[in-house]
Amino acid sequence: MKLLNVSGSPHVHSGESVKRIMWNVNIALIPLLLTAILFFGFDALFVCLVSVASCLLFQWLIEKFLLKTKTTITDGSAIVTGLLLAFNLPSNLPLWIVIIGALVAIGIGKMSFGGLGKNPFNPALVGRVFLLISFPVQMTTWPRPLGICNIFANGTPDALTGATPLAAFKEAVKAGGSIDLPSLMDAFLGHMGGSLGEISALAIIIGGIYLLCRKVISWHIPVSFIGTAFVFGAILWLCNPNMYMDPVHVILSGGIMLGAVFMATDMVTSPMSKWGQVVFGIGCGLLTIIIRNWGSYPEGVSFAILLMNACVPLINKGFKPKRFAK
Amino acid sequence: MAKKAESTLLNMVLVLTIIAVVTAAALAFLNNVTKGPIADAKKAKTEAAIKEVLPEFASLKSAKVMLDGDKDSTNCNLAFNASDELVGVAVESSTEKGFSGHLGVMVGFDAEGNITGYNVLETQETPGLGSKAGEWFQKDGKGCVVGMNPATNNMTVKKDGGDVDAITAATISSRAFCDAINRAYEAFTKVKGGTDNE
Amino acid sequence: MSNMLSKIGTIAKNGLIKENPTFVLVLGMCPTLGVTTSAINGMGMGLATTFVLMMSNLVISCLKSVIPDKVRIPAFIVIIATFVTMLAMVMEAYVPSLFEALGLFIPLIVVNCIVLARAESFASKNNPLLSLFDGLFMGLGFTIALTLLGLVRELLGSGAAFGHKFIEGDAMLLFVLAPGGFIGLGLLSAIVNYFRNK
Repeated sequence: MKLLNVSGSPHVHSGESVKRIMWNVNIALIPLLLTAILFFGFDALFVCLVSVASCLLFQWLIEKFLLKTKTTITDGSAIVTGLLLAFNLPSNLPLWIVIIGALVAIGIGKMSFGGLGKNPFNPALVGRVFLLISFPVQMTTWPRPLGICNIFANGTPDALTGATPLAAFKEAVKAGGSIDLPSLMDAFLGHMGGSLGEISALAIIIGGIYLLCRKVISWHIPVSFIGTAFVFGAILWLCNPNMYMDPVHVILSGGIMLGAVFMATDMVTSPMSKWGQVVFGIGCGLLTIIIRNWGSYPEGVSFAILLMNACVPLINKGFKPKRFAK
Repeated sequence: MAKKAESTLLNMVLVLTIIAVVTAAALAFLNNVTKGPIADAKKAKTEAAIKEVLPEFASLKSAKVMLDGDKDSTNCNLAFNASDELVGVAVESSTEKGFSGHLGVMVGFDAEGNITGYNVLETQETPGLGSKAGEWFQKDGKGCVVGMNPATNNMTVKKDGGDVDAITAATISSRAFCDAINRAYEAFTKVKGGTDNE
Repeated sequence: MSNMLSKIGTIAKNGLIKENPTFVLVLGMCPTLGVTTSAINGMGMGLATTFVLMMSNLVISCLKSVIPDKVRIPAFIVIIATFVTMLAMVMEAYVPSLFEALGLFIPLIVVNCIVLARAESFASKNNPLLSLFDGLFMGLGFTIALTLLGLVRELLGSGAAFGHKFIEGDAMLLFVLAPGGFIGLGLLSAIVNYFRNK
């Protein structure tokens, strides 16, 4: 049986390679790293360095001693995983927890399925969710960004940590009070509590545009993800503005931006066809809003993306990529 | 190997009936034997829970009180010493204000209304956060409430101007816990008013 | 006689390693994932299942020639259910704390695949003595697997082993929650099979 029909040579090479894609992603992540350092100081840099270094180390150890295969740490994928994991953590997280996260991300999220290209779930998110469930206290006490901070001015004066706008909002709704959300400008630039890489929408958009230009990602997943969250959020907000956040804050706060641009678009764990990607994005958006409003965690982006990752084979079945010249 | 019984209707009915009768008889016998110990174990468990939250007592009496606005009555266990004086009340209190809804707490008060202990009976709070309520507010916990008296102490979390240290990163669960304590105290005053009048 | 001993040896090897119900046959996953939050719970569940396996194997093997083929499954289930109910009653009466920890999973032993699988594939074909040993070693294989998984989850999840705490507070909470059961089982099976295939 013939599995593959390949015409005779010569072939044109597109110049695409795993290496090129991964390094492009790393370049796109630089603005996020800069904003993280800007707002959280050098703690943020340490978390990133430890995360990347331990991802590389674990990948090397597993490939060298457990699988006994060629090491692939130079393809940049472990660095992407490390950076994305770090961007999903608070900057004051103890470094040993970061190392555990890296071990889970690489060991369980990626290598146990056979390495890059075979993992059904986004490894960085596997690491993050593992840490979130395992160390809820450390993972939900967020440092406030440095600088003039009037977001949580009504909190206790001695506290150096505070909740994210999402957690604060959820708590306020439960208690029946109201909450001052960060101004839209602060939220857009990143002047609010949160994980390293999720705070600044501006930096994420810059990175996203770079990836779009380089054709590493397409617009389908980010647009359908953020769009769905916006529309669903707007519907809820119009129904009851006291209970639900306004849609602009919904997409600017928490990890929706980061998730939609960098996590959900991961080539390995997202559907192949354009329409499949749209369905994937819509699913992520819906699940995110559902978990945020009715789940027990204030943020649902990582759970939403992981759940949709699990649906990718089904989506691929329903929305097959069009065959060339058919 | 012995010859297998044929699958005729008579055989099938007969075998199943015999097996059912024999097993039923065995179970009935064992049920009789264990009935006593099971009841004892259950009673010991409730008593142990009450003992944990109350000072020494000689006898127990249970009472039910209706709190304003509640659908179900709250169970109270009144404890008396040997000379029949009230030494404390263990209230099976609950609240629906937890992070995941229902939170059931057994709260013990002495005759003056000081909290002598508590025991979380039912909880669905987030593991590692709100679920810590079981230890957090105990005598050697970080947010000890034992010894406080809701009549003189403000049983709300510090964030809301009260006297209770909230569980780190679990303010909602802590508020719910305070609510359960306050409801227990409400029941305590009602049930105590009832016994004073007797 | 020596023939008998070698047969029992094979049974022991099958139950403990070659056909380990958890790691190799992957049977009885419901209790495996549900109760193994601590080593003690895993061991208790394993031993409870061992008891049911031995008794049901013995009785079914004795009755194999009188039970008609067409009603063998209902007959087996009634016998298994009887022993499970007996076990539940005895446990509730004399070890109430373990009974409470294992909760719903005790009655669920009835539908544990291992018990029915051994009845169907071993006890209904072999003599009572061998069946008894098969139940014993299959049960012990299950017990070892559950204790091991429970120990790993307890160590990683709450920093304790058999109830003795090594660290203050919590460890990696995920391991005492449901996902930790799946991840722990997957990793353990991988390790066991790595050595088994060597």
